[in-house]
Amino acid sequence: MKKTFSIGGVHPADSKIAAESKIETLPVPKTVYISMIQHLGAPAKAIVAPGDRVRTGQVIGEPTGFISAYVHSSVTGTVKSVGLRKDLNGIPVVHVEIETEPDEWMDGIDTSDTLVTAIPEDRQFILDRIKNNGVVGLGGATFPTHVKLCPPPDKKAECLILNGAECEPYLTSDYRIMLEKSEQIVVGAAIMKKVLGVGRAVIGIEENKPAAIARMQETVARLRSEASGYDGIEVMTLKKKYPQGGEKQLIDAVMHRQVKSMGLPIDVGAVVQNVATSLAVYDAVQKNMPLITNTLTVTGGCLPADRQKNYLFRIGYPLSYIAEYNGGVPEAASKIVSGGPMMGKAISNLDATTQKGSSSLLYLRESQTLRKQESNCIRCGKCAEACPMGLEPFLLNKLARNGMMEELEHNAVQDCIECGCCLYSCPANIPLLDMIRVAKGEVIRAMRARTAPKK
Amino acid sequence: MNKLLVSPSPHIHADISTSRIMRDVVIALLPSVIVSILFYGWSSVILLAVSVVTCILVEYLVTRYLMKVPSTIGDWSAAVTGVLLALNLPPACPWWVAVVGAIFAIGVVKMTFGGLGQNLFNPAIAARVFLLVSFPVAMTNWARPAGFINVDATSGATLLGVVKEGLEKGDTLGKIFETNDFSYLQSLFINIGGSAGEISALAILIGFVYLLARKVIRPHITLSIWATIFVFSGIFWLIDPEHFTDPLFNLLTGGVLLGSVFMATDYVTSPMSAKGGIVFGVGIGLLTMLIRYFGSYPEGVSFAILIMNSVVPLINKAFKQKKYGRA
Amino acid sequence: MTTTIIWTIVAVTLLGLLLSVVLFLVAKKFKVEEDPRIDEVEKVMPGANCGGCGYAGCRAFAQACVSAPNLDNNFCPVGGNEVMKKVAAVLGMEVKEKAPMVAVVRCNGTCENRPRTNTYDGYQSCKVKAALYSGDTGCFYGCLGCGDCVAACQFGAISMDPVTGLPVVDEDKCTGCGACAKACPKKIIELRNKGPKGRRVFVSCINMEKGAVARKSCKAACIGCGKCEKECPFGAITVEHNVAYIDFNKCRLCRKCVVVCPTGAIHDVNFPAPAQKPAPKPAAAQTGEVKPAPKPAAQAEAPAASKATAPAAENPVAKPAADAEKTTERNLAVKPAEKTEKKEEQI
Repeated sequence: MKKTFSIGGVHPADSKIAAESKIETLPVPKTVYISMIQHLGAPAKAIVAPGDRVRTGQVIGEPTGFISAYVHSSVTGTVKSVGLRKDLNGIPVVHVEIETEPDEWMDGIDTSDTLVTAIPEDRQFILDRIKNNGVVGLGGATFPTHVKLCPPPDKKAECLILNGAECEPYLTSDYRIMLEKSEQIVVGAAIMKKVLGVGRAVIGIEENKPAAIARMQETVARLRSEASGYDGIEVMTLKKKYPQGGEKQLIDAVMHRQVKSMGLPIDVGAVVQNVATSLAVYDAVQKNMPLITNTLTVTGGCLPADRQKNYLFRIGYPLSYIAEYNGGVPEAASKIVSGGPMMGKAISNLDATTQKGSSSLLYLRESQTLRKQESNCIRCGKCAEACPMGLEPFLLNKLARNGMMEELEHNAVQDCIECGCCLYSCPANIPLLDMIRVAKGEVIRAMRARTAPKK
Repeated sequence: MNKLLVSPSPHIHADISTSRIMRDVVIALLPSVIVSILFYGWSSVILLAVSVVTCILVEYLVTRYLMKVPSTIGDWSAAVTGVLLALNLPPACPWWVAVVGAIFAIGVVKMTFGGLGQNLFNPAIAARVFLLVSFPVAMTNWARPAGFINVDATSGATLLGVVKEGLEKGDTLGKIFETNDFSYLQSLFINIGGSAGEISALAILIGFVYLLARKVIRPHITLSIWATIFVFSGIFWLIDPEHFTDPLFNLLTGGVLLGSVFMATDYVTSPMSAKGGIVFGVGIGLLTMLIRYFGSYPEGVSFAILIMNSVVPLINKAFKQKKYGRA
Repeated sequence: MTTTIIWTIVAVTLLGLLLSVVLFLVAKKFKVEEDPRIDEVEKVMPGANCGGCGYAGCRAFAQACVSAPNLDNNFCPVGGNEVMKKVAAVLGMEVKEKAPMVAVVRCNGTCENRPRTNTYDGYQSCKVKAALYSGDTGCFYGCLGCGDCVAACQFGAISMDPVTGLPVVDEDKCTGCGACAKACPKKIIELRNKGPKGRRVFVSCINMEKGAVARKSCKAACIGCGKCEKECPFGAITVEHNVAYIDFNKCRLCRKCVVVCPTGAIHDVNFPAPAQKPAPKPAAAQTGEVKPAPKPAAQAEAPAASKATAPAAENPVAKPAADAEKTTERNLAVKPAEKTEKKEEQI
């Protein structure tokens, strides 16, 4: 029997319409705007000024805390301005505006296509490269990778899990890189395995991507026979179920262990990285290439078949530019989502630019996405059945609407992973997650405030 | 470009809604409805029509003029209650009993608590019990009205009633069955006598399979009721087969099937978790058999469901789903 | 039969007596000793239990007052000075008088002033919306319009205006408890001095973006130009982070700022006549005379205006007509005051 996580989950329609289109490289636009908040944690600080000339791969933003990351220029050109610009939620964030010229790469960056399979021996060298090249988790949370790869000394990693589940409907970028860049991903996995000092690395892929499974298995076998350091890497086929790609769910599916409430994966000996992160790690370590590119899917039911695309983009491209290049926003699209339809963010501002973690431009029709009128809860329990964390969303929603903080904490609202299964499956169309998400934030803040003074 | 929609995630929704669920329940009830109309004719048609119309009308009037909120009849739940109530009445009972029952079901049991989702008791069951204690004569009048298909059956009285009466007179079960010409096969297909919806076990089972296939209900509650009744009556039957009816008889007769498939599984008045559902089902099974064997009523399913409805909040509290990472 | 009835009565009476004795003993044994003054203070409280004082309810407030050394930190915004005087009398303490406060909505981003760029489709709650994105318009700072303040108000003093999409405060009902200000995730609602006869001047915008950006997203935005700051004779206005703020303790209601504001972001309410540009007696204002409004002009205009359209009487000249709604609501509350004002002027 194929493995999957043990509690809850839903089965939204696959809709991987863009799965068969090869990755195309987007041309560089005239102007790029590079955000200083492209990762979880403290924003980066811009270290360039208007008038400066920057080269491709040059550092333009420095980290400002332990959990923070470098930001590099994705283009060559002149800095026009450094100032506030609205992100895709309309929230002002510091961006560096660069007028582009033909590429002139920074020294030391290997831009060739040759595959480097030899893994560096020095652990610190690898970590430095990952850190200096601004690698962050590309599975959605954009957590700085070097921090994740340095677990506290009292905790021991046992297994590296590579997330190739891509359980969100519509998204195909991970699928495409697993097909087209499988070697790089496996080398990246071997590098991370080396850093963590673990003997086992599992690449988890859902059963609905047989081509990717076959390709990855074949690549792992080939690299193992060709070079050293590739032992212990395996490809695991997972049953299709959302949210398989959730960190906690993936650990449950692969290792049959559950992370404690408010705990970290490392507590059960797991480190989870996305396949796209693995590719970024390869680029950073083997090629000294900063994280300035990623793959993004342009898709949606209302987009003609010949415009379903997977693009290789650089950070800082305006989303409107990508939409225009693709032939414009379809008339029928009433919502554009960055990310998957279950956890992605609705874009309110198309002038926002691509970031390290951008994964899609998803066009949704009004009939697909418009929320229906909320009606009475019929206590069917479908939300509780669907919740992969085993919570009771109907109860949490009621508590949240009444601001009952203690009961919320008692009922584990802080464990919510915001996967959206509850709202997805509610027959009464109650916007469960909307309130629960806000309440979760408040409860976690209250919990932190309570523990902070004691330390 | 038009204004972009913005909302928190998720941005898609499963193809599911309250009205779809309720419509599925009505569809699942159709086989029983058809059988009932075939065998009880116009009186069954009248009962169904009166009951459904009254339920919908009462819900409409209460929402519009008492609660002053948008009407909720579009969610089909009133229709479900109406059909279930009609199927729970003796086919020969006068139409006004159905009207009183429908008013009680919707007006008192459902809407006074705030409408769909808020009621503690299943409206149809509560109404049936209310009618049973208010109009005992009309509710136990098992005379058989003429149907579109006429079957040569011995009497209109329910088997359970006959058995109870016979046992009280001091007869043994063998003798009772013999005089009444009982066969299991017949009760599976056409079991004349009893409520309008209890004619055919097969029709109810078809509805059960449909509900399962459409994922409207989970099987836990229904199966645990059956299992409990089977085991409980099995034990007594093994001890004294002359005075306690056998397990199969208890499953096939009376309202066990109708109640366990359509009424005990009502979302609103049943526990949410699978574990809770099993506890709930076991409770219903036990109470049903206790009433049948030792109570003064021949039939106990409605009372059992009603009693277990009242402890659902406690079951919900006690039997929660296992949470992730909290051993 | 008779004996049964008699016995029943006797039994019930005895049982009642016995239980009352038990109750009495229990009440005696478990009596909680409490300062009797708490009850007395609670008696004079308004009993709204709104929490505007910062305590869980009126009784909690009474307890806090009784245990506090003085009343400086405790104030009941609902009851105001009158109630506090009574509290002080009960406790034998001094109380400092506080000016009555009222909730003020500092956003004038009406549908007309602030074109919508998006449509929100989530749960109608400002809290949820604020956590998600900047709102339906280009203004990151403005009112989200989901009515969290309306839900927070226990006194029914706030309602959403369907035309503008902005909340409107009913001054008569507003007790200044501050629940709405706490509920607003954008911190748009501020408690301000109610002012003499309800007259007050405030900046109806908190947009901290640069002038051009702010103006682009909302016609009525404060662009931080600083004209009002220069114009104010009392130093009541400060411009910080591209937005002006009027200190209500310093403002003398001369309304010069209202006249100079290029976007109409400064609002004056409950004045009998619109602010006028050519002040006939500028000296009067500068000497600190509190009496508002240039009188001759007002005299000429006020009757006509109030007869014709009530909202017009209050519309500042420089303000676009779009926010008439706000003033309409206020007008209703203020009419009596207006009338007396006119009388004075005629005399």
